[in-house]
Amino acid sequence: MGAKHSSEEAWERESRTDLCWEQVQEGLAHAVDFSWAQIKQLHQRFRLLSGDQPELRPEGFDGVPDLASNPLRARIVHAFFDNRNLGKGSCGVSEAITFQDFLGIIAYFRPSLVRAEAPPRDKMRFLFNLYDQDGDGLITLQEYRRVLEDLLSAANPREDGASVRAMATNVAGGALREAARASEHPPEDGESYPGITFEDFVRTWSGIDLEVKMQVSFLNLEALCK
Amino acid sequence: MAHTDTQVCDEKPSGTALEMLVALSSWHWLPLVMVPACSEASSYVNESSNSTQQAPDARFAASSSDLDARISVFELDYDYVQIPCEVTLWILLASLAKIGFHLYRRLPHLMPESCLLLAVGALVGGIIFGTHHQSPPVMDSSIYFLYLLPPIVLESGYFMPTRPFFENFGSILWWAGLGALVNAFGIGLSLYLVCRVGAFGLGDVTLLQSLLFGSLISAVDPVAVLAVFEEARVNEPLYMMIFGEALLNDGISVVLYNILIAFTKMHKFEDIEAVDILAGCARFVIVGCGGVFFGVVFGFISAFITRFTQNISAIEPLIVFMFSYLSYLVAETLYLSGILAITACAVTMKKYVEENVSQKSYTTIKYFMKMLSSVSETLIFIFMGVSTVGKDHEWNWAFICFTLLFCQIWRAISVFTLFYVSNQFRTFPFSIKDQFIIFYSGVRGAGSFSLAFLLPLSLFPRKKLFVTATLVVTYFTVFFQGITIGPLVRYLDVRKTSKKESVNEELHIRLMDHLKAGIEDVCGQWSHYQVRDKFKKFDQRYLRKILIRKNLPKSSIVSLYKKLEMKQAIEMVETGILNSAVFPTSYQPERKQGTKRLSPEDVESMRDILTRNMYQVRQRTLSYNKYSLKPQTSEKQAKEILIRRQNTLRESLRKGQSLPWGKPAGTKNFRYLSFPYSNPQSARREGWAAESTDAEGVEAGSRPLMFSAHARAGSLQEKRPSQAAVLMKRLPGGQKARSFSPRRSWEEQAGRRRTDAIRPRPLFHAVDEEYESGEQTEEETSAVGSGWTAEHPHGREHYTSHSPLLHRK
Repeated sequence: MGAKHSSEEAWERESRTDLCWEQVQEGLAHAVDFSWAQIKQLHQRFRLLSGDQPELRPEGFDGVPDLASNPLRARIVHAFFDNRNLGKGSCGVSEAITFQDFLGIIAYFRPSLVRAEAPPRDKMRFLFNLYDQDGDGLITLQEYRRVLEDLLSAANPREDGASVRAMATNVAGGALREAARASEHPPEDGESYPGITFEDFVRTWSGIDLEVKMQVSFLNLEALCK
Repeated sequence: MAHTDTQVCDEKPSGTALEMLVALSSWHWLPLVMVPACSEASSYVNESSNSTQQAPDARFAASSSDLDARISVFELDYDYVQIPCEVTLWILLASLAKIGFHLYRRLPHLMPESCLLLAVGALVGGIIFGTHHQSPPVMDSSIYFLYLLPPIVLESGYFMPTRPFFENFGSILWWAGLGALVNAFGIGLSLYLVCRVGAFGLGDVTLLQSLLFGSLISAVDPVAVLAVFEEARVNEPLYMMIFGEALLNDGISVVLYNILIAFTKMHKFEDIEAVDILAGCARFVIVGCGGVFFGVVFGFISAFITRFTQNISAIEPLIVFMFSYLSYLVAETLYLSGILAITACAVTMKKYVEENVSQKSYTTIKYFMKMLSSVSETLIFIFMGVSTVGKDHEWNWAFICFTLLFCQIWRAISVFTLFYVSNQFRTFPFSIKDQFIIFYSGVRGAGSFSLAFLLPLSLFPRKKLFVTATLVVTYFTVFFQGITIGPLVRYLDVRKTSKKESVNEELHIRLMDHLKAGIEDVCGQWSHYQVRDKFKKFDQRYLRKILIRKNLPKSSIVSLYKKLEMKQAIEMVETGILNSAVFPTSYQPERKQGTKRLSPEDVESMRDILTRNMYQVRQRTLSYNKYSLKPQTSEKQAKEILIRRQNTLRESLRKGQSLPWGKPAGTKNFRYLSFPYSNPQSARREGWAAESTDAEGVEAGSRPLMFSAHARAGSLQEKRPSQAAVLMKRLPGGQKARSFSPRRSWEEQAGRRRTDAIRPRPLFHAVDEEYESGEQTEEETSAVGSGWTAEHPHGREHYTSHSPLLHRK
């Protein structure tokens, strides 16, 4: 217990020097259950990615070898710098993020302590932004199709582009139709469905327990010490 | 003795040839029953079966000597066929009962199938008992372990939903492994304490005996529960806990059982020392790990061998079955856990074998596996029913009631403590409700009974008591808990998975996987998503290269897809062009229908596309039914994909020809032309399909067609002449198909179409245009939408009435 305590102090002292600790604490105030150990670990990781700089740039993610093969790589990296996710405005991309921002993004993947609403809206918003790349509040067929192409082409590297695209269009169209049908305001006769709005998007997730699905388990060693 | 042995061996092949496939496994027992001395494993064959084996042997000897004396015109020799005949009748009876059970729709929802089997068994037992007939000795140690058990285990290993299993691997291992141990020792020890109470008259039950009983009674068999879960759609982790328990529990109990049997034998001669107990523990670990190791090795070997079977695909199922069985036998030879070996073997090879073997072999493997395991299980359940009725019971109120009580208590203790611990490590813990359901799902089954029945009488003077207690526990859990768990799950309202399955959800889940893996990569966390990624990379880089056929570049489903694409391209030439010429569509009416429901088949097929093509080739859905296979075999998928593809391409064709004509009234009939499922033509169509998919020459010939659908506009110009040529060639086929069309409206329009058919030019630009610009979004929406719209009204009819075509393909 004593050893743990002292290392914690040491780390705290250390961290005060190179990042604005108050800010981090303030940022964490919005009910996210990061433990000391986790923040410490994430901070080490952050410094590794950013090359010991206080700010992380998109290039920092090039250093993650496993991410390279992820079909959603571009989207994930984009999500880290998306102003909408960072709470810095309704559009645009930040050039660099601080550790606090970094934690904020990771926090989307932690169980929210306040379970106020059934589908947590902030998480939903994060996912929506992943689909809606141009930030117009609509997931159009084009956007949906690109997501599908990303996923499909990664799994079928030997397929030629055309058949993947055909498949993607096919499925995206079906998905969109399905969303339109489930929509709050289903398009009237003769009306076209422009794209999935955020509200409709939430509906498409209705069958999935987001709290369970959207979580990244960190090795929670503290459970052992309890 | 030697004489009868050879006679049996001589008789066997002819019998096998005559006998139905169903009875195959039963025939294998024949030599074994006859030759009790042959196997080392039968050292503790119980005495009752030994005595009955003498009868047929004597009979054989007698009949052969009779033959020398006189030849009679008519002879009745029932004894000769008694065992296989009765076994066959049992199985048939059970199958008929199952048919009846499922004919009445509501019954399967009310009670699990094992109830039925038990009831049938009890009925048979009643008949046998009433007629004072000697029931055939189906069960003895070697038969059970060598023939009845492997198919059951193989089946559950092979059909394991791999992905959710490994997602919850830690919790499953913790629960299934430790749970079985805690239960076994808890029940055993507390029963031993009860037996020490003098008033119950159980003073002669030793500690080892009660421990052994604890180990066998703790083997749960929650297959019935799984069926309920499937229906109630409980959440995935909960489902996987029970499934994992079903999968691993048998193995653990059997290992424990065997070790304890060894201890009991030893106990007769010398005292057990602490060293022996330590050795037993070490043995437990080695037996388990060694079994898994051999299973994995044999899995890889069989996957490797199926790489070379493309010319003799009839052998493929044999390879799969023989290697899994061999892994079991080898593990057993080395005193390792054969159950774990065969499970590991099935899990390992499944993935590669599925890609290597032909579609037909794959289907054969699946069905044959289901059939074997269901035969095994049916036999065990029926035998359980048969042994219920009879005199071989010893009823001791105290022992039986306490057994029942301790089974529940210890299950409750193990569930709540073990899950309390494992919840500390889970981000999303199992709720109290979940835990209660897990507690309640402790249904005992065939496994416990078999182990109890196989107790050697020499070591267990009170075997009858144990068997009776096991029967009572099994009956209680199967009938009471099995029937009530459904309502209980509904009443408790356990957290559900998605009620309806939709394309969007499937997609979201896929996306979420990648997202999580990516975030974990970023965070540098090592967890199962990353382990999975790592394994996947290793798999892609090395394993697949070694184990999967090179010359077949695509996985079976992808190649199937290719074939269909080609077939469809040909059909399109036949019919699609005609359609678009006759029925050019304006967008307005389609948009009107744009929000119509997708039919369930549409959703299903799109999900199939997703599951098949993203990330993993395997299926994600956790549908597992012990007794039957879901109809979602590839034939169905093939059909779905075909229809889907056809619509896309037709859609793009139509787009290219978007003349501002109104939609003619007969539009929806075009389904019948383009996809002439209706019976008169199916024979012809079949021939057509075979011709077009199989022969190399045809493939080369139609290649321009196939690619033309996707080709860039430039290359298109050059290919046009050849297209036209092929078009002309194919046309008669199209006309023929059309002339068979049942719809009157077709006949009327046929003439016009024929003339229009010769001008397919503008159509092939369509696909390209679709991808070139982003401004077309809206158009695309409606265009793609209309594909399904057009198909929708007839979707159901197609699947119900015309399915034979693709099945026969």
